[in-house]
Amino acid sequence: MSPKLSVRHVFKIFGAGADEALARLRQGKGKEEILLETGATVGVQDTSFDVSEGEIFVVMGLSGSGKSTLVRMLNGLVPPTSGEICIDGEDVASCGPDRLQAIRREKIAMVFQHFALFPHWTITENVAYGLKIKGMPAAERRATALQTLEQVGLGAWADALPPQLSGGMQQRVGLARALATGPQILLMDEPFGALDPLIRREMQEELVVLQKTLKKTIIFITHDLNEALLLGDRIAIMRDGRFVQVGAPQEIVANPADDYVAAFVGDIDRGRVFRATDIARPSETLHLEDNCQRALDRMQQLGRNALYVLAADRIAGIVRYEDLVRDGGAPRDLLRPFSSTVPEAKLHELYAHAARGLPIAVLDDGGTLTGVVELDDLFACLAGGPMPTHRQKREHLDA
Amino acid sequence: MLSPADLVTIPFDDWMNGFVRGWLVPNFRPFFRAAQVPISTVLNMLNAFMLWVPMMASTLAFALAAWRWAGKGTAIFTVLGFAFIDMIGYWPETMTTLAMIVTSVLFCAVIGIPLGILAARSDLAWRAIRPVLDIMQTIPSFVYLVPIVMLFGVGMTPGIIATIIFAIPPIVRLTNLGIRGVRHDLIEAAQSFGSTRWQMLWDLQLPLAMRTILAGLNQTLMLALSMVVIAALIGAGGLGLVVNTGLGRLNVGEATSGGVGIVILAIVLDRITQGLGEKGFGPQPSLMRTLAGFFRAAPRPGGANPG
Ligand SMILES: Nc1ncnc2c1ncn2[C@@H]1O[C@H](COP(=O)(O)OP(=O)(O)OP(=O)(O)O)[C@@H](O)[C@H]1O
Ligand SMILES: [Mg+2]
Repeated sequence: MSPKLSVRHVFKIFGAGADEALARLRQGKGKEEILLETGATVGVQDTSFDVSEGEIFVVMGLSGSGKSTLVRMLNGLVPPTSGEICIDGEDVASCGPDRLQAIRREKIAMVFQHFALFPHWTITENVAYGLKIKGMPAAERRATALQTLEQVGLGAWADALPPQLSGGMQQRVGLARALATGPQILLMDEPFGALDPLIRREMQEELVVLQKTLKKTIIFITHDLNEALLLGDRIAIMRDGRFVQVGAPQEIVANPADDYVAAFVGDIDRGRVFRATDIARPSETLHLEDNCQRALDRMQQLGRNALYVLAADRIAGIVRYEDLVRDGGAPRDLLRPFSSTVPEAKLHELYAHAARGLPIAVLDDGGTLTGVVELDDLFACLAGGPMPTHRQKREHLDA
Repeated sequence: MLSPADLVTIPFDDWMNGFVRGWLVPNFRPFFRAAQVPISTVLNMLNAFMLWVPMMASTLAFALAAWRWAGKGTAIFTVLGFAFIDMIGYWPETMTTLAMIVTSVLFCAVIGIPLGILAARSDLAWRAIRPVLDIMQTIPSFVYLVPIVMLFGVGMTPGIIATIIFAIPPIVRLTNLGIRGVRHDLIEAAQSFGSTRWQMLWDLQLPLAMRTILAGLNQTLMLALSMVVIAALIGAGGLGLVVNTGLGRLNVGEATSGGVGIVILAIVLDRITQGLGEKGFGPQPSLMRTLAGFFRAAPRPGGANPG
């Protein structure tokens, strides 16, 4: 499937002398140097990426790294100095003002850090703005706006004015305004950056829930790595106008590309990033009919202290090396209760299971055993050691 | 002692006479005549109307407007002040002055607001307009009268034209300032939804700049008031004429009466237009809600029809 949004070798240089600055960039000069030599500011340099439909692509970086510039180029608010930005294969950067206007009306909407609600209009009028611009009749757009307001839980505030609402509520209005026109792509420039931490958390969780039904293609800007890890299907780390690493949250935390990224991910709560599937070992199992000796041999051979026992395709229970040695009976008589989880479960959800001291079974939707989380691996991962390599697929940044 | 005049003397006044009388006036007379028509039409209609409305009725209308936008105090002052003007016998002159001011301000707004919008949208236009405004504001009001008399003659309408030129800079400046001052992220938001420049102007820039524009209107009004008196020197009527003739005849009483009338009018108009700018759009706390409903249809921009 071709990507919804495709960005190719985009540069943005502010100030006069863009050509000069571009030439110097190609010679490999840095942002500071170019500013000193030509007076031009490099906003974004040679950035390429694809975002597929329904994906949340998070761009994160420190202040001044060019995130806002990048996201504003996607809907033409900032025209790129060079490069291509294709939405459904159509280049936004070169399509001409009329086409750009149509794309903004139909396909792409934006949510702003400081909400940017129109203070002289009611909430409903704000939400209906995009529809008004498109020329929808008043009654119809009010109905649509009210519906969208319900979606973000603000139906009761339809006729209030923006300043009467709290920050969190104002940003919900901002989101509703962007959603009302039914765009396929949402651009969100630090949308929760101006909210206090509790509200921010709440909004993040709500966005995750909303996205389950909306399935929009979202470009989300943030400078909060925790937010990026929570929301992003993929994350791009930006520095001095270029991407230094792009990948799934787990890849970024597990294998930071350089010291800059490593500094970011250093004190991340890894239990909230990694999933059971990231550290699960292949599911080696015993059969219900196996005898004691065979079970012991298998455990020694695999170097494990306990193994799951299957009856047909189902788990019958788990048997420990210790029990087998002490008792000498058949595994089927020594089965213990076990705990299980789903592949997508975050590690912090496994802590309670870990209390049993037994490997945790990872079951897919159908209840089939797909892997086992050994407690040693769990703790090693949380401690920030190297990731267990048995399952890890290492995808590197494809530049 | 040697001075430059001993070496060369320049017949500047002759040159100017030649330029204005010999070329500008004969060639452009039809244009200057035509330019007066809309102004004199509006002025005559307004003047006739003001003089036709009974004194009590206009006082009531002004008192109500004062109550709604400027509060109880101003309303009471309006009633007492207007009654005083009527009692000292200068009501018709006051109404003529009012008609002149309203005409001037109307033309200032009609010309000045679009100019301000243009200046706000194009840096080039602003760079062209700004020095003209600067010059207009540094020329003393008296000096305006000379070219005006040359080009338009004397009388009521030339007086208004002088007033318009004198009073227009603030409305242009503040319209420009107000529109440029609209928060950048709001403009960006409007753009991001694909609005056209006109949509942005109507939906966003004008409503949000309205306070500033009204402040400009207030300043324009005050300038018009001061100029309309001076314009009496070239034959404009109203209270200015009263003051002038009073001075000419050394009749202190007459001059003072005219002056008092102007001051009362100035205070009332200033209070009302300032109030309009400050709280024209908020909810009204006044007792007169029912009567206020009378005025309600117009103000709140964008709010009148939902969506
Ligand atoms: N209009 C502009 N003119 C000149 N330079 C600009 C302009 N906009 C941004 N820049 C410069 O481009 C660089 C990137 O800015 P940008 O706003 O994209 O950063 P950011 O990552 O969004 O930062 P923040 O987290 O503070 O929002 C900065 O060095 C900034 O100074
Ligand atoms: Mg930014």
